[in-house]
Amino acid sequence: MSEALEMTATITLAEATQFIWAEADLLDRLDYKPWLKLWTEGGKYIIPTERDPADYAEVLNIVYDNKVMREARAKRLLSGFSMSSAPPARTVRTVSRFVVTASGYDFIELRAAQMLAEYKYGHMRFLPADMRYRIVRAPDGALLLDEKIVTLINAEDYQFGIGYLL
Amino acid sequence: MSDHDYATLVREDRVHTSLYRDGTIFDEEMDRIFKNTWVWVAHESDVPVKNSFKTSWVGREPVIVTRDREMKVNVLLNRCRHRAASVCEKKKGKASVFVCPYHGWSYDPDGTLRKVPHAAGYPEDFDKSEFPLISLRVETYQGMIFATFNNDIEPLVDYLGPARKWMDLFMKQGAGYGVKTLGEHKFRFPGNWKIQLENTTDAYHFPIVHKTFLDSLDAETENVFDVLGQGGWVEDLGNGHSVMVMIPDLIDLEDNLDAPIPDRFAELAQELRDEGHDDATVRKVVRAVGGSGFNLNLFPNVACSMAFFRVLRPVTVEETEIMHVAIGMDGGPAAGNRERLRLHEHFQGPMGFGTPDDAEGWERVQRGAHAGEDLWIMLNRGVDAPAGVAEPGHNAGDVSAETGMRAAYQQWKRMMTA
Repeated sequence: MSEALEMTATITLAEATQFIWAEADLLDRLDYKPWLKLWTEGGKYIIPTERDPADYAEVLNIVYDNKVMREARAKRLLSGFSMSSAPPARTVRTVSRFVVTASGYDFIELRAAQMLAEYKYGHMRFLPADMRYRIVRAPDGALLLDEKIVTLINAEDYQFGIGYLL
Repeated sequence: MSDHDYATLVREDRVHTSLYRDGTIFDEEMDRIFKNTWVWVAHESDVPVKNSFKTSWVGREPVIVTRDREMKVNVLLNRCRHRAASVCEKKKGKASVFVCPYHGWSYDPDGTLRKVPHAAGYPEDFDKSEFPLISLRVETYQGMIFATFNNDIEPLVDYLGPARKWMDLFMKQGAGYGVKTLGEHKFRFPGNWKIQLENTTDAYHFPIVHKTFLDSLDAETENVFDVLGQGGWVEDLGNGHSVMVMIPDLIDLEDNLDAPIPDRFAELAQELRDEGHDDATVRKVVRAVGGSGFNLNLFPNVACSMAFFRVLRPVTVEETEIMHVAIGMDGGPAAGNRERLRLHEHFQGPMGFGTPDDAEGWERVQRGAHAGEDLWIMLNRGVDAPAGVAEPGHNAGDVSAETGMRAAYQQWKRMMTA
């Protein structure tokens, strides 16, 4: 492998951070169609009901979405026919406290913190979460989400109806 | 408020809006209903082995459901007899002793007070046997554990009555393996508990509120969920219980095992065959995986709904917690249980394709209920019985009828004026 290729392939923390902030911005603006394009074919979007299960596939989650489910979810939220998302709550989120947990030739894994505030019908709610991302570089050079795990601070406790994406 | 007033708030076809709003009525409900009848607390698979436990609620009171050394199920008030501290704050697990963290009083899983630190400081006549954790009366049916504060109430099986037939049918989704809980979604909505109670046998809302869920299904499955178009019905089973049959073809999961396997389960069927299961088992598991075609509402706090238990917990007059407990096959093929988890996630939970829309609807009911001083909640839909489907002697209407709600409110009235 040439040094030049390695330099392009490696994903820096700065690139990953920029990517995650752009994703957060899409979600707060409910811009779900371009969001769907941020994913790899096999990417998994997971919101668990417990803190650290051994295998997410074998336990109940709030969300365990593959490509088909993500597309159906975006369609539902944008349809105008879902009472809980038409009108949607307003959200403002920040993602920070990034720690790189693994990286290699064409991938980077990070953990981070997300603070999300939701407002609707006079209610203000906060949904802090620990985040885990696996981001990969596509052959065309673009970054893609391969895994995003949103572990709410109160994952195992009660939630309220959530009519948007975390 | 007097008994007489409660009687005037529930008519045959409507109930007064104050039932959603009035804090005095709520407090009376907690005493006259939740402290007086059988309340669901757990499923036996939540406490599978000796010394296993799960924390739960009876009305507003926190309890621990335990399995003691003799494998007996106990329901204990979660309160130390000394100075009232809760003795268990975990959701579930195993414990051979519950130690109060405040002064160290310790209790066996059957509630017996085992030890008191520095016992010499108590008067000579201090008798430990007088201070066990308070035990509620407990009975089970089909693995569902119910508890009551009322020692004089009829046996659980009598209270359930004709609902037992539907519980028996519901448990067939274990595909012969038995049923176990697989996890739960919990969420709250700012509204009265009876708004949710009504919803479980309300097919009328389904195609409207759950349009986006229906849109997310393949055409074959969407037809299965055409709940208003399949000749279903809703039936008053007595004591406030009711059943709503949405998909008559799925009443008995041991019937029609020769029917073609639906496309959406083709992959699962292949996975089961690859694991070496014979054709009969594959068909039985696949048919069971989607759940039963009916919702059974058991007054006052639990429903057996398609493929899960739906449990409500009144928090305040305008706040209710809902738990959707996913269930699967106990010892059955892992692929089948995985499929059930994914189906559960699809509709249920705070971000499911169905639950948030239900929750939004219920919240809107509570918000709207604050308008007007003397208005009524209408429950007058579907008064004519459909032909030839209900149990003789029972009150039934077509699938979109509000028969189940009327049944629940008549029980509410009986209990609130008893």
